[in-house]
Amino acid sequence: MSLDARIRASRGRFTLDVEVACDAGSVLAVLGPNGAGKTTLLRCLGGNLAIDAGHVRLDGEVLDDPATGTFVAPEHRRVGTVPQDHLLFPHLSALENVAFGPRARGVARRDARERARARLAAVGLEDRAGDRPARLSGGQSQRVALARALATDPALLLLDEPLAALDATTRATTRRDLRRHLGDFPGPTVLVTHDPIDALVLADVIAVVEDGLVTQSGPAAEVARRPRTPYVADLVGTNLLRGEAHGTEVAVGAATVRLAETADGPVHLTIAPSAVTLHPDPPQGSARNRWPATVVDVEMVGERARVELTGELPLTAEVTPAAVADLGLAPGLAVWASVKATEVAAYP
Amino acid sequence: MSRGRRRPPVAALAAAAVAVAFFALPLVGLLQRADWRALPDDLTRPAALDAMRLSLVASLAATAATVVFGTPLAWVLARVPIPGRGLVRGLVLLPMVLPPVVGGVALLSAFSLGSPLGGWLHDTFGLQLTYRPAGVVVAETFVAMPFYVITVEAGLRSLDPRFEEVAAGLGAGPVTTFRRVTLPMIAPSVAAGAVLAWARALGEFGATITFAGNIVGRTQTLPLAVYQRLESDRDAAVALSLLLLGVSFAVLAGLGDRWLVRR
Repeated sequence: MSLDARIRASRGRFTLDVEVACDAGSVLAVLGPNGAGKTTLLRCLGGNLAIDAGHVRLDGEVLDDPATGTFVAPEHRRVGTVPQDHLLFPHLSALENVAFGPRARGVARRDARERARARLAAVGLEDRAGDRPARLSGGQSQRVALARALATDPALLLLDEPLAALDATTRATTRRDLRRHLGDFPGPTVLVTHDPIDALVLADVIAVVEDGLVTQSGPAAEVARRPRTPYVADLVGTNLLRGEAHGTEVAVGAATVRLAETADGPVHLTIAPSAVTLHPDPPQGSARNRWPATVVDVEMVGERARVELTGELPLTAEVTPAAVADLGLAPGLAVWASVKATEVAAYP
Repeated sequence: MSRGRRRPPVAALAAAAVAVAFFALPLVGLLQRADWRALPDDLTRPAALDAMRLSLVASLAATAATVVFGTPLAWVLARVPIPGRGLVRGLVLLPMVLPPVVGGVALLSAFSLGSPLGGWLHDTFGLQLTYRPAGVVVAETFVAMPFYVITVEAGLRSLDPRFEEVAAGLGAGPVTTFRRVTLPMIAPSVAAGAVLAWARALGEFGATITFAGNIVGRTQTLPLAVYQRLESDRDAAVALSLLLLGVSFAVLAGLGDRWLVRR
């Protein structure tokens, strides 16, 4: 069982043009900012939107292919969706919501209810079976929505921002539960999110979608460790630079960055903000990179201060509040930024 | 009046009071003019009973026709991007602003025995609408359906279409989706629209008298009976008016806060 899709779909002036694949039992997270086309992608997979070009194949069955005129209507696809905001039917009880799919697919009322009860039990909500969605908490409604999607025994599971509607405390526990349920699901799962934590915790593979295009994809850990776009670097909170490597030296614009190991050709560089130190005078030591810089902004994030720098290299440094006081860091101040060569990671 | 709140201008309050009196005085007049002791007799005369029966049956039939044809129409207007949708909506809502008597004349020119369509209906099916109870239903439906369509369309537009997508994704075809998701979720609009349409059909006068005539025992509805008794038997006219007034109050009560306060 696997999903294989090549999708081109236009909505007004926006065009989605992506290729996604996902194996049985594995979770693909589609990560991207709002308006990047993530929900459009799910609508194409679910059949709520026909694609303009490409194909959608599930377990080898063609669900959508404009070239051959094939289009399987959503009600005939074996796709379970947990929509954004969960969208439980407000006029039906939790049990009837979960039984809706089996009933619509022709299962007898008693059997459908039986099945729904088992699904609710699997998400730990058998005691809320008779409640209307308005009486459920955010986390509970998320679990009912998951049970409803799984009750039709889908071959593909889609989740649209499954945790976005929850507050921070419920999100962590619901994320943990969701990870367990996704682990039990035998088919491929496509999960759409703008939260990198969701993607890293829940997914095996991440595809980053920006402005309708896949800008980076790969195993979740790989994407987090080696970001290739400013959006991903920002999400994982690191500095990303692009340059041309010759041996241990990389030309980034007018500046030079020294590496501990050699590289050649175009490379991406990442520097953790905590590895950037700030000094009033040029620091000494041959293994160190140093560049003159100007402070743009100082912001407290938790126990640390994030310092935005401009100059030869745009960098973010993370320093202690004590350092901010000692150096008198304020917008407009000229400083020296320094990074050990061993702290610079380079990859093609 | 609580401290600090601004006092409303006296002129506005006075004008509002005049408007309230304008609505209240005719009702007071009607209640005061009524001969309450003769009321039971006035209401149980054969002609009055006939008019009641016809009004009830015709208005319910018109409401049924309105729901059967108006619901799909409202759905199409709300969900299907057909070309010229604004034009279609204007056409459907026209009877709301059209003088009912003009509607009656228009129906007459379309369905009278002398017109092509009316003649064809008569020759092919033996069906005559003019001056028949069926004509009453047609006239009432013509005038009442827009109230239903506009209410149900508004209900559909305020319903998130993603619920219908979810139902489809769970395996429900368009008919099942409409029956088990859309309809229950817009039930308040459907009920309100049907009650409004029924009240409008029950009070219909101009189109009915023009298209179906005013034949006692056959096409004379309650409003037509009121109009006719006004010359000959004013007590009976007032009695029937009170009956219609009572029904109207019941309709307002039935529509309840939701319709009266929020809209």
